[in-house]
Amino acid sequence: MLLWELFKSFFFIGAVSFGGGYAMIPVIEAEVSKNEWMTIQQFTDIIAIAGMAPGPIAANSAILVGYSTAGITGAVVAALGILLPSVLIVLLVATFFRKLNHYPVVKSIFYGLRPIVMSLIIYAALKFALSNNLISLHISWYTSSLLVIFGLSLLALLKFNWHPIYVIILSGLVGVTLYS
Amino acid sequence: MNKHWKTLLQVFWTFFKIGPVTFGGGFAMIPLIEKEIVDKRKWLQKDDVSDVFALAQSVPGAIAINSATFIGHRIAGVKGAIAAMLGISLPTFLIVLSLGITYLFIQDSPKIEAAFVSIRASIVAIIIYAAIKVGKSAIIDKSTLGILVIGTAALFFIHPLFMILFGGVHGSILIVIKKKLGYKIAYEKSNKKDSNEDGNDFFMGAGI
Repeated sequence: MLLWELFKSFFFIGAVSFGGGYAMIPVIEAEVSKNEWMTIQQFTDIIAIAGMAPGPIAANSAILVGYSTAGITGAVVAALGILLPSVLIVLLVATFFRKLNHYPVVKSIFYGLRPIVMSLIIYAALKFALSNNLISLHISWYTSSLLVIFGLSLLALLKFNWHPIYVIILSGLVGVTLYS
Repeated sequence: MNKHWKTLLQVFWTFFKIGPVTFGGGFAMIPLIEKEIVDKRKWLQKDDVSDVFALAQSVPGAIAINSATFIGHRIAGVKGAIAAMLGISLPTFLIVLSLGITYLFIQDSPKIEAAFVSIRASIVAIIIYAAIKVGKSAIIDKSTLGILVIGTAALFFIHPLFMILFGGVHGSILIVIKKKLGYKIAYEKSNKKDSNEDGNDFFMGAGI
């Protein structure tokens, strides 16, 4: 059943969602394409919309994937799925520990986990770049303009410390002028 | 009983107001937590805030939601945790949902399609930016760099869920081996003092 599949997928994702949401993009993408819920272009758009709203990227994308596959019920089910594991774990930890990150075991787990989180994020970027014609052997006005937009966006974020939402909005306006 | 429900409602409403402020990362809500929870309601000591955020980062899930759940639990137990979690999630849920509904309505317009061609390129930039931010606390020595390179290549063949589990297990094994070989262990970047002194250091690069 679709709703159960949504809940199950996002429950597992919620249980491993370390590292600020962006690392969860490839995990959500793997589930989305396995279940054939949407194309990778549609999924890229969902990440863009998730980034325009306040709140965590992972939970926002869950809500949007849920909504586009099964309407408002789907959105609620996906949101509950992704939130429930953290709530349960937080309650467990809050009952037994005061400072979890003082334990050497926890420290060493995170020592290995942080680089993997970075791998996941880079992998997500590569996958999106490939499926949205950003990395392409066919050089044309279109593909090079996309590369310029990519470069300027990265510059705005890294050098000028723009908030991602401004980059998305401005980029949208540029797109309307260039491609319509 | 009546007083208990009033507290729960207050917890819900306080986090409901903080919810929309969590734009791009849970750390943005620290000043508001201090103002609403510490100064106004006196539910928490100021020193507790950094403890809460350190804990919130060491369990899976978004920092904003995790810390709200922790604080809710401190104030009023399991029910308080649920009230806080619902309070902080509801505003963003509604905002995301209305954005999604709007998008589905207008996605076929040529102008919106054109806008998203450009936005998709920017999203790749935003994701790389996120990776760089995480990298500052993740890549601290040769071993972590090795995990990064092998991990990125492996992701093209292995399901990301397994890679996350592998990362944690691998980290613990690596530390044990390093200890056996007599290396000095640095779990985190050494140029900061005790990472728990200040609540807003990027334990997991999750400020994005």
